Amino acid sequence: MTYLAKPKFHHPELPKNDLGYTHRDYEGTVSTLCAGCGHDSITGAVIQACFELSIEPHRVAKISGIGCSSKTPTYFLGNSHGFNSVHGRMPSVLTGANLANRDLIYLGVSGDGDSASIGLGQFAHSIRRGVNMVYIVENNGVYGLTKGQFSATADRGSKSKRGFINTDNSIDLAAMALQLGATFVARSFSGDKTQLVPIIKAAIEHKGAAFLDVISPCVAFNNHTGSTKSFDYVREHNEAVNRLDFISSRMPIEVKYEPGTVEVVEQHDGSKLALRKLAADYDLNDRTAALGFLQQQAAKGQVVTGLLYMQSDSDDLHSHLATVETPLNALGEKELCPGSAALEKINASLR
Amino acid sequence: MKNTDISAPDYFHKVVDCQWACPAHTPVPEYIRLIAAGRYGDAYMVNWNSNVFPGILGRTCDRPCEPACRRVRVEKEPVAICRLKRVAADYKEDIRDRLPKPAQKKNGKRIALVGGGPASLTVARDLAPLGYTCVVFDSDPKAGGMIRSQIPKFRLPDAVIDEETGYILGLGVEFVAGKRIDSLKTLLADNFDAVFVGSGAPRGRDLDIPGRKEAAKNIHIGIDWLSSVSFGHVTKIGKRVIVLGGGNTAMDCCRSSRRLGGEDVKVIVRSGFDEMKASPWEKEDAIHEDIPILNYLVPKEFTHENGKLTGVTFEKVKAEKDAKGRRNLVPTGEPDQHVPCDDVLVAVGQENSFPWIERDIGIEFDKWGMPVVDPLTFRSTNPKVFFGGDAAFGPKNIIWAVAHGHEAAVSIDKLCHGEDIAVRPQPTVDVSSQKMGIHEWSYNNEIALDQRYKVPLREKAIALKDIKAEVELGFDPALALSEAGRCLNCDVQTVFTSSLCIECDACVDICPMDCITFTPNGEEADLRTRLTAPAKNPTQSLYVANDLKTGRVMVKDEDVCLHCSLCAERCPTGAWDMKKYLIEMAHAGPACRSRA
Repeated sequence: MTYLAKPKFHHPELPKNDLGYTHRDYEGTVSTLCAGCGHDSITGAVIQACFELSIEPHRVAKISGIGCSSKTPTYFLGNSHGFNSVHGRMPSVLTGANLANRDLIYLGVSGDGDSASIGLGQFAHSIRRGVNMVYIVENNGVYGLTKGQFSATADRGSKSKRGFINTDNSIDLAAMALQLGATFVARSFSGDKTQLVPIIKAAIEHKGAAFLDVISPCVAFNNHTGSTKSFDYVREHNEAVNRLDFISSRMPIEVKYEPGTVEVVEQHDGSKLALRKLAADYDLNDRTAALGFLQQQAAKGQVVTGLLYMQSDSDDLHSHLATVETPLNALGEKELCPGSAALEKINASLR
Repeated sequence: MKNTDISAPDYFHKVVDCQWACPAHTPVPEYIRLIAAGRYGDAYMVNWNSNVFPGILGRTCDRPCEPACRRVRVEKEPVAICRLKRVAADYKEDIRDRLPKPAQKKNGKRIALVGGGPASLTVARDLAPLGYTCVVFDSDPKAGGMIRSQIPKFRLPDAVIDEETGYILGLGVEFVAGKRIDSLKTLLADNFDAVFVGSGAPRGRDLDIPGRKEAAKNIHIGIDWLSSVSFGHVTKIGKRVIVLGGGNTAMDCCRSSRRLGGEDVKVIVRSGFDEMKASPWEKEDAIHEDIPILNYLVPKEFTHENGKLTGVTFEKVKAEKDAKGRRNLVPTGEPDQHVPCDDVLVAVGQENSFPWIERDIGIEFDKWGMPVVDPLTFRSTNPKVFFGGDAAFGPKNIIWAVAHGHEAAVSIDKLCHGEDIAVRPQPTVDVSSQKMGIHEWSYNNEIALDQRYKVPLREKAIALKDIKAEVELGFDPALALSEAGRCLNCDVQTVFTSSLCIECDACVDICPMDCITFTPNGEEADLRTRLTAPAKNPTQSLYVANDLKTGRVMVKDEDVCLHCSLCAERCPTGAWDMKKYLIEMAHAGPACRSRA
């Protein structure tokens, strides 16, 4: 953390995106998290992803709950919409906002406490409803704001900074999201932006509930020997199933890879993902196999990362409910309030 | 790439662009911080140790430091380093008791110094306190050389010259005024242990075109004329004046003319305005005093009537590149232009002149009539004779003369102690962490976005009436504080310790200039393209650190680093620290000699 604002000066050769912005234009105010916090790296990755996708900042809504992770939307996309909601209630606020205005890009930012403890129910229902969003959990396995108690995602048998061993079973949010029907599930690591940035880009372009479990070491309370969420542990046990290169729909695919090692997957909007396969027989489209693989590897103490599951022909809550195409704020009084004759007609249809 | 050797003094010295560019390697950021702290005397002494003439240079330096200033690569204008130096000189307390004392005991060695300008005075300052008997010979009545004779008083008042030359003469230096050395042979016969020639480049180049002889009464050689003005021998000039030449001497000539009765003063140059040798700020000052600068005009003839100058005829030219890409001036074919005038000042360059050095005393001269001088030791082919300043390598600048003087003094000191003068002493480097607390540094690390502040000027109407009225009034303490705040403290270095790094990326994310990258290693040319922001300035180093746990390397591009310390503030393990590297060049004295 620092008390100083980041100086306005930037590198004279900084690349600009299609909108003429540099990545500095996607920053927020300076972070007040602890120095070295993994969350700040995720902030950096979100900034980079939005910059590379040339997203107009006013088209994004950042919604969060309570906790270290939920503070981070302040630190990126300073010109976007934001809502810092009640603890664990980000998913319902996001769902409501999404129903009212389907034209925005929704970034739900949460943590392991916010999503796996107090907000577990909200998490589950927003995923199973298929809300069109990017749900990022900045997962450090610890309650940092209250000085380092185990959270619900801390692995059984891992050690706290003060030496206690965790005796509770852990919640694997990625596995839950798979089980609950998320159409895009990935896990990544804050210390590996080359993996994380393309995953965030692909998730933003995905239609439907995209869930990202990002292991984010807590440098102050969970980066010691015996922790399974430390930089060293995750680096040593990281088992990436694939490496992703995001290719937007506007760009032609340039295949630069060895034949047979790359799988190109197309999303609904025409954007393509080039996947360099690392685990040879891993099938991206097989939900149950993914679940099984996650659990087998977890039992070995491995942390599986990469894009774990994706459904190409995904849809979202709006298509389930057959809602109107136009956001509610763009509809006139006549459409929103069609009058008693219309009501009569509806009532009659229900009799 | 291999690990960067940050223990080599040059590595971090290069990062302090201003200090690296300064011929005398003045620790610029160090004295700017002292000015900001209101410690003007301390700031003055930092300068005095390096460049000997802070008050003089703070008004007249050619400022090689300023184009080098990192600020130029980050925004538009450099820190006003030169004018801040003047602030230290203007507002310092009495520093006389902080100067070295005349030597209590002489060491029995006698050094003759020819010419009382900046080069000789620097040698004398370095050697006199060590016990050397230094005898300075000058044809003028007072010390200073070209500083006194050629720089107009409205840029540099006599009081400043008197003060700073006085500090040196006060060290027990013997000044023989009004004594021109006519024979080096005779001087050498006087059994001096060494002779230093700092006689400058005293001859102004003439312009041999038709009419030169006939109209000689109204055609003056620039530096001679400036010198006559300086000593009060010339007090007026015609109403219409043409100054020929585009260097700083030409600027001094035209501005002096404006003060001695010149109403219609023009500078006329052969080449283009942008190619002129004069410093941009000196051109600005001339234009500010209503002096037009006409370019692409080559003087062809002085016109005259009855032995009186009537004007100058010019041929119009344009710049064209030939097949080899060389720039040539070719006639445009337009009719010649006649510019009427009453007086002409010729400021088309100056030359060395050594009629007083016999050619049979072991001093070799090259085909251009310049002495053969070793650029490291400043020794000529006569082992006892040294050259420095303009006398060594032709016309340069005061700050170069000072730098030469320091090096020559080291050579003379080593020579008199029977040492090999080719073995040069290393600079002293002092390294200390600037961390004071969790987010607290011993320097102001908040980056000021302020634009360069302008130095207040005396009102033009008043300034033009009195040739001795100093035009620049200098920064006042408040302006100086604001300008000092623009300094990026490039001497406070980002120092990285691989063994402490956990590769959390915090520094990469916070760096406002995208200077830091963690990436697989490679050759420099390859690495430069793979960084967070491309490193396209090959004159600036990459700082590379290996031995990270993931096998990657940390690469920091030094080019546009703001030294804001945010990387160190964000680092959870202290792998980054901000350390002040204070580099001081070795001067003559026991420290410059070998320890054997």
